[in-house]
Amino acid sequence: MNKLNLGLASAILATGLTASAAHAETLKFAFQGALNQLDPYSLNETFTLSALGNVYEGLTRRNENLEIEPSLAESWEVVEPNRWRFHLREGVKFHNGNDFTAEDVAFSVERLHGEGSDLAKRVGSDVKVEIVDDHTVDFVLAGPNPILHYEWDTWYIMDKEWTEANDAVAITSASDTTPNYAALHANGTGPFKLVSHEPGVKTVYEKYDGWWDEATHNLDGVEFTPIGSDATRVAALLSGELDMVYPIPVQDVKRVNDNAGTMAMTGPELRTIFLGMDQMRDELIYSDVKGKNPFKDVRVRKAFYQAIDIEGIKRKIMRDLSTPSAIMISPFLFAKSGDFERLPYDPDAAKALLTEAGYADGFSVGMDCPNDRYVNDEAICQAVASMLARIGIKVDLNAQPKAKYFAKVLASGGFDTSFYLLGWTPGSFDSWNILDNLIQCRDEAGKGGAFNLGGYCSAEVDALADKILVENDPDKRDALIAEAYTLSNNDVAHIPLHQQGLAWGVAEGVELAQRADNQFHFRFVTKN
Amino acid sequence: MFGFAIRRLLQAMIVMLVVALLAFTLFRFVGDPVNQMVGIETSIEEREALRERLGLNDPIPVQFFRFVTDAARFDFGTSYQFRQPVSDLFAKRIPATLELSFMSALFALVVGIPMGIYAGLNREAALSKLFLSVSLVGISLPTFFIGILLIFLFSVTLQWLPSFGRGEVVEVGSWWTTGFLTISGLKALVLPSITLGLYQMTLIMRLIRAEMLEVIRTDYIKFARARGLPDRIVNFRHALKNTMVPVITITGLQLGSIIAFATITETVFQWPGMGLMFLQAVQNVDIPIMAAYLLLTAFLFVAINFIVDILYFVIDPRLRIGRA
Repeated sequence: MNKLNLGLASAILATGLTASAAHAETLKFAFQGALNQLDPYSLNETFTLSALGNVYEGLTRRNENLEIEPSLAESWEVVEPNRWRFHLREGVKFHNGNDFTAEDVAFSVERLHGEGSDLAKRVGSDVKVEIVDDHTVDFVLAGPNPILHYEWDTWYIMDKEWTEANDAVAITSASDTTPNYAALHANGTGPFKLVSHEPGVKTVYEKYDGWWDEATHNLDGVEFTPIGSDATRVAALLSGELDMVYPIPVQDVKRVNDNAGTMAMTGPELRTIFLGMDQMRDELIYSDVKGKNPFKDVRVRKAFYQAIDIEGIKRKIMRDLSTPSAIMISPFLFAKSGDFERLPYDPDAAKALLTEAGYADGFSVGMDCPNDRYVNDEAICQAVASMLARIGIKVDLNAQPKAKYFAKVLASGGFDTSFYLLGWTPGSFDSWNILDNLIQCRDEAGKGGAFNLGGYCSAEVDALADKILVENDPDKRDALIAEAYTLSNNDVAHIPLHQQGLAWGVAEGVELAQRADNQFHFRFVTKN
Repeated sequence: MFGFAIRRLLQAMIVMLVVALLAFTLFRFVGDPVNQMVGIETSIEEREALRERLGLNDPIPVQFFRFVTDAARFDFGTSYQFRQPVSDLFAKRIPATLELSFMSALFALVVGIPMGIYAGLNREAALSKLFLSVSLVGISLPTFFIGILLIFLFSVTLQWLPSFGRGEVVEVGSWWTTGFLTISGLKALVLPSITLGLYQMTLIMRLIRAEMLEVIRTDYIKFARARGLPDRIVNFRHALKNTMVPVITITGLQLGSIIAFATITETVFQWPGMGLMFLQAVQNVDIPIMAAYLLLTAFLFVAINFIVDILYFVIDPRLRIGRA
């Protein structure tokens, strides 16, 4: 690659062309985390899937506005309510030259369901795959599912022959003692080939000339370096060493914009940050109220809600890089989200509600909060604690690193929390994911809404969720979803706070698409 | 001599076992590794299955025994994050750390010794006072702060030197990569080496200055001057030589800590060495990497101490007589 660059550079010098002429462009970028391994089925995490999405492709893909478009499948139709037919693109070749066929799709489904897969839910386990011909595949479902293909943009198709030849059919699992070939190599159909990958150090990509789609980018190669330290990452952009870095800490956005030659791209992210309260136990674990659970009273939950000055948090803590939210999903992902409004910020009303509920003198409650997971997570919790202090609630804040936080509050820790802050992006970009994971009833072991840490439970909402799952008509479905959100909002099942903002740093001359799901795709990049 | 060495060796092994036990116990408190290994939507059953496969459900003594016996064979298991053998990962990261440590030790010596000599010989000079105050900065400012300061001065403002990484590296042999052979590799070494070596430089400078002041007052220096020897011979042949003994001891011992504590510098400069890998492992609860790093560090110190002990024995005849 370097030799190629040198060669081209000298050719340009020799012919006296200026730098503005079209020539080899390498995009250098950094992200805060590392690309740990390359197996597309072993980690369901945004950055890993995003980085692999330049090499691998799914049957569908999403454009810069997150709309689903055809990718390896040219078109699809629901031939019977339970049978989906996908017409595969012809003439597509993997990076190693193998043809892409229906066999590869069937194989990818099988491998997706293998042991150690972290993405098995992308295709339900009751879905059967039938190969009609070389370029037609049927997916036979057990029941109707209107959002079958919603997450298929990150379910990547692997080459059957390549995977089998390299003994990588089993998914790379952390309990393996020998590294799996697919964890260190990649062979997809996407716009970029993987040249080299040194985990945690550097990953190099190169343009794939045989890509089936017309390239709108002008890159010849991409170099990725993980830079964990915020200050170093920002410095590397400011000094002109890198073309793009993300994320930029909100407090550095102004500096990046003020610097000549760099700018910060900001926009809303899909993730919703919210507060939850234990409504399941008969007595809170962390509170001075004994013998009863104040959060079982909707007036207390509402008092907490109305005590929080969300605009203050937006201004002071998020530096205006957040969008206060009335529901548990981003407005991008739900057409009717405009119909909802937050309960007004009103400490007096909150105080009155608490008095009415019998807590005129307030009470104390322990709050769990991560300090390295979401944008300014700990600062938000501190602000919430001081706002609640104004209505007489004494919050004992326990902010800790995500590794410890999640071990405590999730099912594996026995939902050991009374009051917590959590963020959620629905992987399917659809409300059913929110209802299923965060709002549905759960039992003590976590069966049901496994991330409904507070254990909110409403039979009505659950019944609606079941209907939403199988409703094929989009308008009816949206109406049902709206009803479910209305019910859970009336119950103050959670206290939605905001969608946090995205901040990417970009050098002058680099144009790219900032997707709200925080995925960075090189095919949207041009560099001059 | 032989018995002494065996005794020392046994002691060293006990130290290693204690470190292993401490490391192992500590990891019970860093959080749940399974949560870091899977996406958030992974079901509880799948998490439990993974936990079982990793052997995290076995009784603690069983886990500890497995850990120690594997470690004794240099098998530290598979990294949870990278899904690669930990020993391979360390082998890839060691050159970066060693080159950085070597350069910072060199920087500390090459800059620290002349500064120390000058300050020792010219106590009252303005330059000596400047050296002393500058070195105070080296001791009192935290490493990461110095690193960021250097980055903003030399990378962002002046744009002379890179702010992160090792630059272009060249493979030497089958397992060593070096940054010494390319311009960008050498440039990349400058800022991290200064950051890491500043503390040692200060230490060496102050040590030499103090020793020089001490030695210059001694009788044999006075006699040398009385004999009319030129200043250069007196200062460098007679005085400096006698100040070097403690400096060599300290430098040797400090080299261990430079290697072991390069962690912060590596993080600030995204230097792809062992320390950076260790810190990332802590954030992600990658227990196999953490365990290996702690054991490796302990091993380094134990080994250096062992060698020093043996050297004392060889150098100091009183020790030999005492044992006989």
